[in-house]
Amino acid sequence: MLRIAPGTRHRISVTVNGRPHAGFAEARTLLSDFLRHELKLFGTHVGCEHGVCGACTVNIDGRAVRSCLRFAVQVDGAEIRTVEGLAEGGALSPLQEAFRRRHALQCGFCTAGILISATQFLETSPNPTEAEVRDMLSGHICRCTGYEGMVRAILDVAGETP
Amino acid sequence: MSAGGFWVGAPVPRKEDEALLTGHARFIDDMEPVPGIRHAALLRSPHAHAEIRSVDLTRAAAHPGVHGVLSGADIAAAIGPIPSAVRVPIDYYPMAVGKVRYAGEPVALIAAEDRYVAEDALELIEVDYRPLPPVIDPKAAMDDDAALLHEAVGSNVVHHREFRYGDPETAFAEADRIVRLDWTFPRYSSTPMETCGAIAQFEPAPDRYTIWSNFQGPFILHALMCGALRVPGNRLRLITAPQSGGSFGIKQGMYPYMVLLAAASRLLGVPLKWIEDRLEHLVGSSSASNREDAVEAAFRSDGTLTGLRFRNTVDVGAYIRAPEPASVYRMHSASNGAYRVRNIAVDNRLVTTNRLPIGLNRGYGGPQFFFALERAMDAGARALGIDIAEIRRRNFVPADAFPYRAPAGALYDAGDYEAALDRTLDLAGYAALCAERDRAKADGWLFGIGLATAIEPSGSNMAYVTLAQTPEERARAGGRSGGLGTCTISIDPSGSVTVKTVSTPAGQGHATVAAQVAADALGLTPDDIDVVTEIDTLTSAWSLASGNYANRFSSVVVDAIGNAARTVAEKIRMIAAEDLEVAAEDVELADGTARVVGVPEKSLPFRRVAAKAHWHPAGLPEGMAPGIFETAVLSPPGLGPPDEQDRVASAVTFGFICDLAAVEIDPGTGRIEIGTYVSVHDVGKVLNPLIVEGQIVGGFAHGIAGALMEEMVYDEDGNPLSGSFADYLCITAPEMPRLTIGHVDTPSPHTALGAKGMGDGCSMLAPVAIANAVADALGREDVEPPFTLNRVWDLVAGGGGAG
Ligand code: FES
Ligand code: FES
Repeated sequence: MLRIAPGTRHRISVTVNGRPHAGFAEARTLLSDFLRHELKLFGTHVGCEHGVCGACTVNIDGRAVRSCLRFAVQVDGAEIRTVEGLAEGGALSPLQEAFRRRHALQCGFCTAGILISATQFLETSPNPTEAEVRDMLSGHICRCTGYEGMVRAILDVAGETP
Repeated sequence: MSAGGFWVGAPVPRKEDEALLTGHARFIDDMEPVPGIRHAALLRSPHAHAEIRSVDLTRAAAHPGVHGVLSGADIAAAIGPIPSAVRVPIDYYPMAVGKVRYAGEPVALIAAEDRYVAEDALELIEVDYRPLPPVIDPKAAMDDDAALLHEAVGSNVVHHREFRYGDPETAFAEADRIVRLDWTFPRYSSTPMETCGAIAQFEPAPDRYTIWSNFQGPFILHALMCGALRVPGNRLRLITAPQSGGSFGIKQGMYPYMVLLAAASRLLGVPLKWIEDRLEHLVGSSSASNREDAVEAAFRSDGTLTGLRFRNTVDVGAYIRAPEPASVYRMHSASNGAYRVRNIAVDNRLVTTNRLPIGLNRGYGGPQFFFALERAMDAGARALGIDIAEIRRRNFVPADAFPYRAPAGALYDAGDYEAALDRTLDLAGYAALCAERDRAKADGWLFGIGLATAIEPSGSNMAYVTLAQTPEERARAGGRSGGLGTCTISIDPSGSVTVKTVSTPAGQGHATVAAQVAADALGLTPDDIDVVTEIDTLTSAWSLASGNYANRFSSVVVDAIGNAARTVAEKIRMIAAEDLEVAAEDVELADGTARVVGVPEKSLPFRRVAAKAHWHPAGLPEGMAPGIFETAVLSPPGLGPPDEQDRVASAVTFGFICDLAAVEIDPGTGRIEIGTYVSVHDVGKVLNPLIVEGQIVGGFAHGIAGALMEEMVYDEDGNPLSGSFADYLCITAPEMPRLTIGHVDTPSPHTALGAKGMGDGCSMLAPVAIANAVADALGREDVEPPFTLNRVWDLVAGGGGAG
């Protein structure tokens, strides 16, 4: 097991959105802080830092994970996808397009985490019911939208308009 | 584009979205505007009320990585107290001095190389507290023997005024029926997903402060910050971040922290960054007020409402922080709500307790005010045996009475309340719903229907706050009125258009609507126009009312944008007219060109005409100033100061909302099932239907959350019990009831486009609509939100609704 003394910094290498990234982290550095302040990938947001709001969600090795509940040293070598990686080739993904069309975001602070969760959700549940979509969204807090637009957007992409 | 060929009114998708969806939008915590920034962490009081005997910072200061440490006394020695709108002897500093007055109040500041180290050092601070008796219940706070928060005031009541309009005494003496209700309105907050944050830098020679932040305004608070920092306005430069992650009023309350960071930057000689964490936000930021209110309503037997008496007791928390006492005065001049009643008495008391100081929160004073008025209407209807819709119909300000001067001074611009009520009943299937309710009740089920209506004041007259002063005090203080909107539109030498608004949006889509308005005036598309919504007080045109509150964007700012755009359009037409050899009146701007009306082939590209103002000043029409840089400052009409009878036109436009809720209560669990919720709005001219709907649903979410679940709870010792998102339960997607939205829009004569302000919306009505439905279902009028499982279960069981 890796041991890192308090106060010392450890080099972490990760692949983020298909590109290699490296930076330094202490044992206690949260992954959210590492991504934002060490790798300067500011698209991932922090809303609570105690695992409730979902704003910080990123995809690690294929699974949506709250980056405020991980330490950076735990993901050394991992494959990470953040909101910056969703628009492949510069074109918005169908889900991003649907968010825009359905006015699923206002301030956009919660949006990155929700896009990451919803993208993975649709990969595993391509034909969800509205109740399933709402259930998935229950792991996220949005204070602006009342969730209506994002429920519709996700159902649009699932090919099932309410 | 909409059917009529205008961008305004069309569901234009938002300009803001692409950057937000791809993670490229920048918020305050993403910014590093100057090198050498240190990170601040705050030690906060664990006690609600205690004397600070000593603060020992030596160990913290010696901690590796710590740059500096400051106590409240250090800060107080460097700045003045933050001025208040209420004249009471309270010295309010952004860190506690001598005494802490709420759990969460800042006590010391650490600046360190990073936030982790700063928080480590907090643990090394030693504070010796002597606990004092906590004052948590605002009613008990008014007792003669209550402990005092501010000894120099001599009482915990920091403001008290009584008002009288018409002849309430006679109305009550002659009433056939008087309804009396009293209740506790809970404290809750819209808790934006992005917390508050600021970066402050002090630079000497000459002294100046720059603060980058996600402050939302109003910028009247700039003057208070200057007062505390003892600098003229041009030495306190406020810059807002490109994006703000929601605010709903809450980010108004961060200005004391901005003062604190500015002062600390000076004392420690480094730029300082502080990003509030969620735990700090929930105990130390701001919230709406909890209140102990009562209402009496006098009715004739036919349901005519003849008199109202409001008794409001507002718990302001530990300090009365500007713009308080505005929360109790925002609705004041419209105290009749949507009704014709003209005999009104109001008694307002503001009380300090050992809780977090209050401030703006979505609906600002509206949820509390309409709880009183609309509970009285439903309770009155039941007491008189009149249908809840019918009693409102009999009392509405009629459609032909607009503009309508309310007894306390508000000038209602336009409306058709009865049509909106009818639309609501129609969408709800009211007759069938009533039949269902009656059947359900006959079968022993708990089923109820509640109605509520609100007028939605928008575009505040800054002078309404001076109702807190007596007419004599106001006369001595000198005149105040209005609420200016500003906008600057410029065209650069390449011919591209930039609109600068000073509306500090936090997600409401101002950039999109601003581009729609400017596009229509200039014959361009919204994509052609860039919109800058950041404010820099040193370089932007701004005024006291700048900022984002009281629905002022569509009621005031939009007209300033329109005015600036028309001035620019006029200039473009005049330049083009010379080259096209026609009169300026014969030139129209359309499809990206300036062209001769009726002869579209005689046209010039817009960009070329505009660029001429820079490239070829000698070729401009005689007397025309070169360049294109137009600022419009708009003073909405009719917003005078309060008169000697305390009447004031408090806002520019008055929208209307009618909500209907039908609920079924499970007696076994106390669970409320909201089977029907209809909300019909009058927002005047709809500028962008996508955005309007988004605002309505968002406001509904806040209202439902306040009605059903969210509450900032303190125990009797003043410990905050909702200090994390695991305890403060924000509403999530599965808990949202289905909302049916309707519109009956009457254009406002007070704005150029006919738009009214909107955005508070259902946040003001959902708590009372649900309460009315619960009262109907349970057959008792003593119901209070939040209607959590425990409380409702207790009500069903015949208890008092204790949680
Ligand atoms: S910031 Fe990670 S869950 Fe809220
Ligand atoms: S869009 Fe603002 S929190 Fe979700």
